[in-house]
Amino acid sequence: MKKTKIIAAIGGVCVAALSVFLIAADHIDAPAVAGTTSDIADLYAFEGDDPDNTVFIATLQGPLEPGTVTQNATFDEDVMIEFNIDNTGDFKEDLVIQAVKRGDSMYFFGPAQPAQQGLSSTVATFAQRNSVKISAVGETEVATNNGMTFFAGPRRDAFFFDFNRFNKVIAGEVAPEGFLPQGQAEDFFDTLNVLAIAVEVPNSLLGTAPAHVAGSVGINGLPPSYNVWVSAKRKQ
Amino acid sequence: MKLYKLSVFFVAICTSLLFVQCSDDDDNVIVNATCNDGIQNGDESGVDCGGSDCGPCETAFTGTYVQEDIMGRPGINTVFSGTDQLKNNFNTTTVSGRADFQDDFESRLEFYHDVYAQALGLDPNDVNYETNILGLDAPTFTTVLAQFDALQVAPNATTSYFVPGGVALTGRTLTDDVIDVSLTLMFGGSDGMRFNGQNGLPLLITDNVGFGDREVQPFPYLEAPLTQ
Repeated sequence: MKKTKIIAAIGGVCVAALSVFLIAADHIDAPAVAGTTSDIADLYAFEGDDPDNTVFIATLQGPLEPGTVTQNATFDEDVMIEFNIDNTGDFKEDLVIQAVKRGDSMYFFGPAQPAQQGLSSTVATFAQRNSVKISAVGETEVATNNGMTFFAGPRRDAFFFDFNRFNKVIAGEVAPEGFLPQGQAEDFFDTLNVLAIAVEVPNSLLGTAPAHVAGSVGINGLPPSYNVWVSAKRKQ
Repeated sequence: MKLYKLSVFFVAICTSLLFVQCSDDDDNVIVNATCNDGIQNGDESGVDCGGSDCGPCETAFTGTYVQEDIMGRPGINTVFSGTDQLKNNFNTTTVSGRADFQDDFESRLEFYHDVYAQALGLDPNDVNYETNILGLDAPTFTTVLAQFDALQVAPNATTSYFVPGGVALTGRTLTDDVIDVSLTLMFGGSDGMRFNGQNGLPLLITDNVGFGDREVQPFPYLEAPLTQ
């Protein structure tokens, strides 16, 4: 009995120490969301290998150290990741693609017109529904349906940035030199992982792109473009 | 009488067969849980669903979800929101509702220049943001960042976050050096080369790191996670 209590106590201390490390490691975003399961690390949106498709990738909960930290990182069933697509030029979402975890799978809804725009969402259960088994380290589970392709799981972080030097630069600690020369600069994210959600969608499901917003500030000649952002929303 | 005996014999045979059959079924349920046996067994998380062998259980997707984090272009909140409160507010505001952030963003842009004015022994009023390579002055640049914070994604064009002098602003690929683009737009002036580390000026237009030894894969495009 005593032994059990000691083991439990040691376990508790280890968990507490790990939690502090995870929070301390995530310097990137605002204090309210840093170190939580709704913390977005990055958004990518680009033409797919099939040029008739657009790829949306959100990365989350970074940075994750390789090994047990990455293996233990999980998506949160109470967090919805929502890709927002404005195809009218008013910077309000006309279409959403929602990703919500249930069990061992990530469920995707859309692209579809959301029931409401803005800070609150409900799951678009009326829209096209797809799912993919969430990949573990060492797996790449991919699902394809109706021309769309889906993935959810840990990946190497693609973001590169001398983040430590940046913090010193903006604090004035390394004035007047500024950033380091090549060879001395260090990519903080080079050895780290993230959780990723990726979906590739035929452009035919995204509507007609509006005029590029750059035209409104005198930068002309750019091709029609959707306005795209990602949000993380927590169940109340 | 003979007929009666035969009937009893027949019923007895059938009953015993039924009994044996039932017994057999029970053994199968215990030894081999299946995804269509009508009970929750094995490592199923519901009746005939979940676990390692069966399909996912029918799940509920009810409730209201409220925004906690948001991202369009990379680094906007991190770089241009100067206080913890502003960073939190940015994350809980809609993209179309951020007109109020422009003043703070412009102040932050000038603050970064003041840091280096002081370090260089100059009057902060003399070292200011200069119209950038896109031709945007400080109020216009920070208006774009505050009010239009989304990736512009062209569905029928090659994707590039920014190419100086070329087609740009058509999305963000994994390999785009978004930090150097941001630094160039903030500190590069009209030719993108101001604060280039030459002639006694600090290096502020590049952090001098790149995509490194990462590789772009087929879908999901990101590399497998590092294991050590």
